[in-house]
Amino acid sequence: MSLPIAPKPTLRRFHEARWDEPIIFELDTPGERGVLPSRPEPDLGTGAEALPDELRRTTSPALPEIGQMRVLKHFLRLSQETLGADLNVDVGQGTCTMKYSPKVNDALIRTGRLTDLHPLQDEASVQGILEIIWRTERMLAEIAGMERVSLQTSGGSAAIWTNISMIRAYHEAAGEGDRRDEVITTIFSHPSNAATAKAAGYRVITLYPDADGYPDIEAFKKALSPRTAALMITNPEDTGICNRRIAEFVDLAHSVGALAAYDQANANGILGITRAKDAGFDACHFNLHKTFSTPHGGGGPGSGANGVSEKLAPFLPGPVVERDGDRFYLDGERPLSIGKVAPFYGVVPNIVRAYAWMRSLGAEGLREAAELAVLNNNYLMKRILEIPGASAPYATGRRRIEQVRYSWRALYEETGITSEEIGVRAGDFGVHYWTSHHPFVVPQPFTLEPTESYSKAELDEYADVMAHVAAEARETPDVVRTAPHNQTIHHIHHDDLDDPERWAPSWRAYRRKYFADGDG
Amino acid sequence: MAEPFVHPYLPNSAPAVKAAMLAATGAGTVDDFYVDVPDDLRVDGLLDLPAALPIEQDLVAHVTGILERNRPVATGRSFLGAGTYRHFVPAVVDEVIGRSEFLTAYAGEPYEDHGRFQALFEYQSLMAELLNMDVVNVPTYDGYQAAATALSMAGRMTGRRRIVIASDVFPDKISRVRDFVEPALELVFVPTVNGTADLAAVIEQLDDDTAALWIETPGFTGTLETSLPGLAEAAHRSGAILVAGTDPIALGAITPPADQGADIVHGDIQSLGLHQWFGGAHGGFIAVHDDPRFVMELPSRLFGLASTDVDGEYGFGDVAYERTSFAVREEGKEWVGTAAALWGVAAAVYLALMGPRGMAEIGETILARTDYAMRALTSIDGIDVTDTAPHFREFAIDLERTGPTAAQVIESLRAEGIEPGVEIGTHRLLVCVTELNTRSDIDFFVTRLAALGEGVGS
Ligand SMILES: Cc1ncc(COP(=O)(O)O)c(C=O)c1O
Repeated sequence: MSLPIAPKPTLRRFHEARWDEPIIFELDTPGERGVLPSRPEPDLGTGAEALPDELRRTTSPALPEIGQMRVLKHFLRLSQETLGADLNVDVGQGTCTMKYSPKVNDALIRTGRLTDLHPLQDEASVQGILEIIWRTERMLAEIAGMERVSLQTSGGSAAIWTNISMIRAYHEAAGEGDRRDEVITTIFSHPSNAATAKAAGYRVITLYPDADGYPDIEAFKKALSPRTAALMITNPEDTGICNRRIAEFVDLAHSVGALAAYDQANANGILGITRAKDAGFDACHFNLHKTFSTPHGGGGPGSGANGVSEKLAPFLPGPVVERDGDRFYLDGERPLSIGKVAPFYGVVPNIVRAYAWMRSLGAEGLREAAELAVLNNNYLMKRILEIPGASAPYATGRRRIEQVRYSWRALYEETGITSEEIGVRAGDFGVHYWTSHHPFVVPQPFTLEPTESYSKAELDEYADVMAHVAAEARETPDVVRTAPHNQTIHHIHHDDLDDPERWAPSWRAYRRKYFADGDG
Repeated sequence: MAEPFVHPYLPNSAPAVKAAMLAATGAGTVDDFYVDVPDDLRVDGLLDLPAALPIEQDLVAHVTGILERNRPVATGRSFLGAGTYRHFVPAVVDEVIGRSEFLTAYAGEPYEDHGRFQALFEYQSLMAELLNMDVVNVPTYDGYQAAATALSMAGRMTGRRRIVIASDVFPDKISRVRDFVEPALELVFVPTVNGTADLAAVIEQLDDDTAALWIETPGFTGTLETSLPGLAEAAHRSGAILVAGTDPIALGAITPPADQGADIVHGDIQSLGLHQWFGGAHGGFIAVHDDPRFVMELPSRLFGLASTDVDGEYGFGDVAYERTSFAVREEGKEWVGTAAALWGVAAAVYLALMGPRGMAEIGETILARTDYAMRALTSIDGIDVTDTAPHFREFAIDLERTGPTAAQVIESLRAEGIEPGVEIGTHRLLVCVTELNTRSDIDFFVTRLAALGEGVGS
């Protein structure tokens, strides 16, 4: 064979790295060292003699001993066995906004002027970071239309908690804390709305969709009462359907004295289009690790931004950053504040990244990003709905905002192949795919959210993978059922994970349960 | 006509592509997609935001310009702690957590994200050895949340309402815990004696409505709890759970709380390979024994080993997923969400590099330098450490007899490039000594502080 080279096939001939790497404990080589820590100066003693005997550790921890390069190699290999958003067309994790996290922002934060700052050092020496926090809060306040923003939490669910905690404090301050013991949410709002409300002591009422996929407003009216503390709702919901009557929901909540909190973790389709305040919300939150581009870190750290109306501003967690002319300072003297929701002032690396992202785009760019996220979504929806066996339940024929909850119900009924199996097989082509939040109200669900980051060609690639796997489900179902074929490992057996006698949540538990020696 | 808006982060802002995609969807303009947003809720025109900086060079200049106003304290000249700690971060740690794959991954399946699952399983396993407990969660947000959850777990397990607090706890942590556990649980504070638990007074407080006895070792002022075995025994006698907070960086040298009867151990992992980040890089751990009564109360994810179709191949999955809010919404334990996984990977790399000897050595170095700093500072006439308990990394000094207030001392020493500690009372300073403070750094601090005393004349 000689030049020219034949064109590439439509689908990528992907194979993920397969290093077959041992567990780190198996790399133990007694005597090797990975790094040497600073030692006490000769006349200082060893330190241990400052301790009473019973506080001196006598058996050293059974950590492995490994030379530095081997440790590095181990973790680099594990990184290669991980499919980050930088490498795949990451539109399959709907609701999570897996957009591009610009590299310049990573470069900007890699400075001792951030990494080496202590949160309690002289305020005069941290003016730069205080200014960025202040500016970021103000920009987010403008985007939400809210009075104030706090950046203290390190995740979206923590921000939802903070909203319910402020609402709880608000009702308590009004003397209604005991009476208002119910929170209303919807099944297509993120599970953390229900879960945080429950953790805060509320009884949770969950609304289901009406025939068109909107939260059932009649059921909502029936659920409202003087006991209602809050409505906690996402819009657009996980279905990507925009609730046209959202302001009416908020008004109804207010009519019984309840507050309304807007889960805007994913506001990606509506930046510069519509704002929490305009619909009357008292509180909202953004996830900087979704809408505002900061990387997801394999599950955090994220960063939450709580936006509040004037009514709730006194309850914000503290301290807050204030400005006095050119000087920025921290104000912790706020008597109604709910107090601390996290150490210090928030996930600094992500706050700076989000600031840089917003600054790069500006007002026009943010709206363009939102519009393109929506265009991409409707384009991908068209491609997906052309695949036999796929559907988008509810609101048939209507446009969606930034994501769609689809269903493989027809394909499943025809072939017996589940959404989960389709996802595992899709990974063989180098793309991630997720089913959906539980419970599966939509049968055999999957949720795609293309964001603004992926090109048309990449969206086409993703749709081609879906079409191909759906065709395999009909023609060669065993190929789908026995997947993965081209990923790091093979089919996993899950049975041991739910049995306390057999589960192995650490290497030492595994050694104890399955090997007589009980240690590595 | 204005030039079309094309931005490097927005591939489909290319006019021809955008037009083709619109045509494919049958939409005339993007506004067609927003028909369900009522007109009166639409933003009129553009948001009021500062001008865009789409040229990367301009963005870098702008952000770097602001950050220039940050001035880190020279290594060794800072004695600040109180929740965020200065420790050396080996280069390999930053290399690994800076990898695109780990940094930009999220919720991949145990197949395509095998490496992420393995790294976090290894984090759990390495921490488990350090703590001498079998089960450690995938990190939660921070040590404050870990404390709040550990106490809530005890409340759920016992069905009791009281939390007896026997140690001095960092006030911000108390604030967080209060926000989280009230009104379900009541916090009962037992004043410490000499910086550690007052065993007799604690025993008096333990009753049949006590869910947990909460100990912090090291406590707020760095004191190590010396009567943990007695406290644990008393707690267990009354049917309460012993919840202990600690810092894992101490545990290569110091007896892990589990060995002295702690049932739930929690804390922050920032010390293990994370920079200070102005207090913005924390992760929380919660450790329990391999007992389903405890494990089933953990809200966080927990990764476990699983077999695959191929011999000798490790697979991973979620242990007891049905306890989580991902599985059952409000019926789950608290909630689970994006928390601090990347910091868990950092801690795993840190522990793998340090090994058993490194962890023993770092603990000893900190003990030795802390001890030296206490001796050197109290050699200054009029300065006392506020207690005689053993200390790890932090201690409080009382300056009252020297004259100036803590705030005055801080201000004066800042002028010399030293951050002497955190003010925790008019005349009290919380001083933190880590492996980054060498003997000569400590000597410099002591000399300057002594000179200050001479200056004001005591
Ligand atoms: C709508 C919505 N709300 C809340 C969350 C929770 O955010 P986090 O994962 O940061 O806790 C998510 C993330 O999946 C979300 O999509």
